[in-house]
Amino acid sequence: MPTRCPVCGAEMLDLLWLVPALPLLGFLALAVAGGWFSRRTIALIGVGSVGLSLAVAGLVGFAFAGLSGAPGRPYDQILWTWLQISGFGPAIGFYLDSLSLVMMLVITLVGFLIHLYSAEFMLDHGKEPVPAGLGRAGGIGQAGVSAPAGRAGENDSGYRRFFAYMNLFVVAMLTLVLADNLLLLYLGWEGVGLCSYLLIGFWYRDPANGAAAQKAFIVTRLGDVALAIGLFVLLTHLGTLNIQDLMARAAEQWPVGSGLATIAAFLLLGGAIGKSAQLPLQTWLPDAMAGPTPVSALIHAATMVTAGMYLIARTHVLYSLAPIAQTAVAVIGAVTLLLAACSALVQRDIKRVLAYSTISQIGYMFLALGVGAWAAALFHFTTHAFFKALLFLAAGAVIQSLHEEHDIYRMGGLRYALPVTFWTFLIGAASLAGFPLVTAGFYSKDWILWEAWASPLGSPWLWGAGVCGAFLTALYSFRLVFNVFFGEAKTEVGSRPGLMMKGPLIVLAAGSLVAGFLEVPRVLGDVSLFSEFTRSVLPSLETTTSVTTESALQIVTMLAALLGIAVAYVLFLRRPGLVTAVTGTAWGSALSRFWVEGWGFDRLYDTWFVRPFLWVAQANKDDLIDQAYSGLAWLIRQFFAVLHRTQTGQVRWYAAILAAGSVVIVALVVLS
Amino acid sequence: MILVWLIVLLLAAGPAAWMLERRGSQWPRWIALGALAIDLVLALTLWTERETAVSLSNQGVWLADLRIPWIPRFGITFHLALDGLSLLLVLLTVFLGVTAVVASWTEIRERVGFFHFNLLWVLAGVLGVFLAMDLFAFFVFWEVMLVPMYFLISVWGHEHRMYAAVKFFIFTQAGSLLMLIAILGLTFIHAQQTGVVTFDYQQLLGTTMDQTVALWLMLGFFAAFAVKLPAVPLHAWLPDAHTEAPTGGSVILAGLLLKTGAYGLIRFAVPLFPDAAQAFAPVAMVLGMVGILYGAVLAFAQTDLKRLVAYSSISHLGFVLLGVFSWNAVALEGAVMQMLAHGITTGALFILAGALQERLGTRDMRRMGGLWTTVPRFGAITLVFSIASLGLPGSGNFLGEFLVLLGSYRANVLVTVLAALGLVAAVIYSLAIMQRIFHGPADESWTAPDLSTRYLFTLGAMIAVQVWLGLYPQPVLDTAGQALQNLRGFGETTALISRR
Repeated sequence: MPTRCPVCGAEMLDLLWLVPALPLLGFLALAVAGGWFSRRTIALIGVGSVGLSLAVAGLVGFAFAGLSGAPGRPYDQILWTWLQISGFGPAIGFYLDSLSLVMMLVITLVGFLIHLYSAEFMLDHGKEPVPAGLGRAGGIGQAGVSAPAGRAGENDSGYRRFFAYMNLFVVAMLTLVLADNLLLLYLGWEGVGLCSYLLIGFWYRDPANGAAAQKAFIVTRLGDVALAIGLFVLLTHLGTLNIQDLMARAAEQWPVGSGLATIAAFLLLGGAIGKSAQLPLQTWLPDAMAGPTPVSALIHAATMVTAGMYLIARTHVLYSLAPIAQTAVAVIGAVTLLLAACSALVQRDIKRVLAYSTISQIGYMFLALGVGAWAAALFHFTTHAFFKALLFLAAGAVIQSLHEEHDIYRMGGLRYALPVTFWTFLIGAASLAGFPLVTAGFYSKDWILWEAWASPLGSPWLWGAGVCGAFLTALYSFRLVFNVFFGEAKTEVGSRPGLMMKGPLIVLAAGSLVAGFLEVPRVLGDVSLFSEFTRSVLPSLETTTSVTTESALQIVTMLAALLGIAVAYVLFLRRPGLVTAVTGTAWGSALSRFWVEGWGFDRLYDTWFVRPFLWVAQANKDDLIDQAYSGLAWLIRQFFAVLHRTQTGQVRWYAAILAAGSVVIVALVVLS
Repeated sequence: MILVWLIVLLLAAGPAAWMLERRGSQWPRWIALGALAIDLVLALTLWTERETAVSLSNQGVWLADLRIPWIPRFGITFHLALDGLSLLLVLLTVFLGVTAVVASWTEIRERVGFFHFNLLWVLAGVLGVFLAMDLFAFFVFWEVMLVPMYFLISVWGHEHRMYAAVKFFIFTQAGSLLMLIAILGLTFIHAQQTGVVTFDYQQLLGTTMDQTVALWLMLGFFAAFAVKLPAVPLHAWLPDAHTEAPTGGSVILAGLLLKTGAYGLIRFAVPLFPDAAQAFAPVAMVLGMVGILYGAVLAFAQTDLKRLVAYSSISHLGFVLLGVFSWNAVALEGAVMQMLAHGITTGALFILAGALQERLGTRDMRRMGGLWTTVPRFGAITLVFSIASLGLPGSGNFLGEFLVLLGSYRANVLVTVLAALGLVAAVIYSLAIMQRIFHGPADESWTAPDLSTRYLFTLGAMIAVQVWLGLYPQPVLDTAGQALQNLRGFGETTALISRR
């Protein structure tokens, strides 16, 4: 018995297309007619369209799962056939199963909260300049506070532009996760990349922002090209891009370990690491912090950067056929999570700490995917969306209150001045750190770590990397908490966040606590709502580990987090001298600089790719081929110049040459 | 008859525009616009009737067909015919013709009548090229395009217009000469074999000949079309011509004249010499790939906006060359889609560049920056076409490039992978347009009016067509598909070009 909409009477699942269509309408309204709207109307359209989308998504989710919470049958809604050529016929069609449902609900919910927050935050868009010389040694790439005039103009066009881009982003992101074929997914994939570019470069007057935006687009496009070639491989050899058919045919036609499956899986992985900022294409994400903070929260933490995780989870059948590729996913995840955590530890810019933290947490998701724990990756995505969005939004509130101060060493003592921000940030940080038992981050990370050990694809090495990462995560999370909210105040608090900013913080904080209880390990209470709900799409692997081992592993995870917090307490609150003593040594400062610069990747790419490209472009600016033609033209002109000298008009000359010529010819005839 | 009217209308409106300039400079503009509007209606009529036209015409492959004896002694007929491929290109021609007139409305203030005469005659020549199915008539139209274009550049162009115009003329004419020899050679061989002297396209199809001869004749055609396309290394005329031409001229050059090269390859070079074309395909595909990358790197290096867009055309047309010589259904559809989408995107970018030059008096992007604040609508619309130019899904450019690469992947994996890197390079130069002009600090404080309503409507229509091509391309693909299938049939009856 299909569920019907209480308002319109239509079958509720049929409303699925409205979920992306409503923000699209919002975008079109703002883009075409936004010039005539007041700020109130702009906010109403921008926030309202996503709010309505959330409402419809909720209805659809209800229709899909019902009251019992058991997932229904997958639902495919085809709007129209995109194109049809010789058997290749991708549709503009949306596919709903428990995986895309979870993604859709998180995107619309977190998206709505962030839009709401932005309605207040972006009112004074002159309020968030780029920090001067922060983050990297020498301040490359982030240089200079630009003139206030650079802040999105003096009229409302910045406000409108912001919400138009944000709405468009939500459309693209929903298209990405709902697409029933890889070509439509690719449309969403590139669409979110475009919006990311537009919003990183939102304050366009500062060339550093433009550089960061272009870097993000170009680096992710490298991955996208790999993804596109992956599409060619899949389509050529399996004859379709419809994801469900594709997976079925792959499982049918390709044996485990087959070359084509491996190539295809690696190509898709190329796209995934670009979008999800994993090694070696992670360099764009820290710079992406040039965008407004709500953008960082929505695009560069909660949703877009997890698209790689979604892609791999969506095509997990393919990865099961390509063990080498799957191992690569796990290794990339493990290495990335460690490298990024180290970098997060030494950044001074609060947003850059969170950016590296995001890279690191997505590393955990990749680790989970790599060991076949698909559902655990999705679960960590969900909890991460809550606590990381929360951390960014709270950081935005702090930055705004302190007159655009990004440097955590110039913050401090804010727990009394900004109590709501403090408590919500604390919850977010605790969740990120995996504070045992009460936070969502603990349950999702614990699940991943357990699978990294116990899964047939897992190994103690992967588990060990994850545990080290957990310690580092706790350390850098509470480095933030202690430096920003404890100690003495170093900067005067200006404005304080209003209701529209506090509300989303509180809701996200609640989510960062309770979302974890959807999946609790058997020792601690044995809840498996989440894995049950997603089982039909994301099967779990058989594990054989005993309860004792499981408990032991859990205790290690808990200890890692607690130890991290304790060390942070000692290093950053009780004995700050210790840190300066270490970084004061030659080795300590060199290592710290190396980590601040993100392990030197930027410099490497600069030397090997950027500079050679610029050199070639500059060297060939005038087009050597064209020069060759010019040379030819010059030669002909010279030839002409020589010949035309013979035309002197003097009969003597002509007679002499005539005679000489005759002699030569006669000589030739006679002598030959 | 409608086919003749399409051309004759423009040919007649040309002198009318020239004569009536005496009555006022608005006259030529309105006459040109009126003639093109009528043409647009006629072309749209053909479009709406395309479903039924094949069965009615009794001509098999043609939607419309017309033969008028011309010089019977040499087997020359004035043979115009229209299939789906021609129809799409005719629509593009008339549509871009309208936009070119609108874009020249305020820019051209001197010798307005003669300008519109040339404009209309170029367009008539282009229409003739797309419709002529007699090689002699085709060659005549091919030359008709050339001379008015030469005048458009040399009279109304910018600083180095004479140099650019002469270069354009020499390059094109050298290619045309080779094609003329090839046409005569083909006719001669056909006459030797059958005793019938004819220039008719359909009769010449399937002429059998020696492999070497076929290769040389094919190269004769290829030379002319590769210059027009342009394929690296024959592209040197293009940046100068596009940059120096007035806006309307640039729109027609990039949007239409380049397409005559691509059309020639699809219509003549490959079907007339399928075996030779197949033998030559690897070389041509590599040339296409090189063009994609070479054009893209050069585009990025430019400081002159129009030059940047001109080099980006070389890159985009590289995809067409790659697609045509992959010669399978998918790649050919992609090539056609790329031709249409490139015509609109690049046409729009040249219109924007022209409007910018009209306002600022310069095309030098080093002097620009931060213009979004001054002219936000200008920035937003340029953004739309920049991202179409980098092939974002949702635009026709994306489908064109995607289908070309998908098709060429089946023909040659390595070339395809290298060509796909052009997608990254396209991002680099397309975003550079936005960064250098509209973003960044404002070095000079320009004050300029934003786009007027007339431009907003024109460019809005171009955006609408672009999105339509990107999201609902099936009518276009179907229209082209039938024609392409027939053309591929000529190749496949000789059973040699069949790559899966």
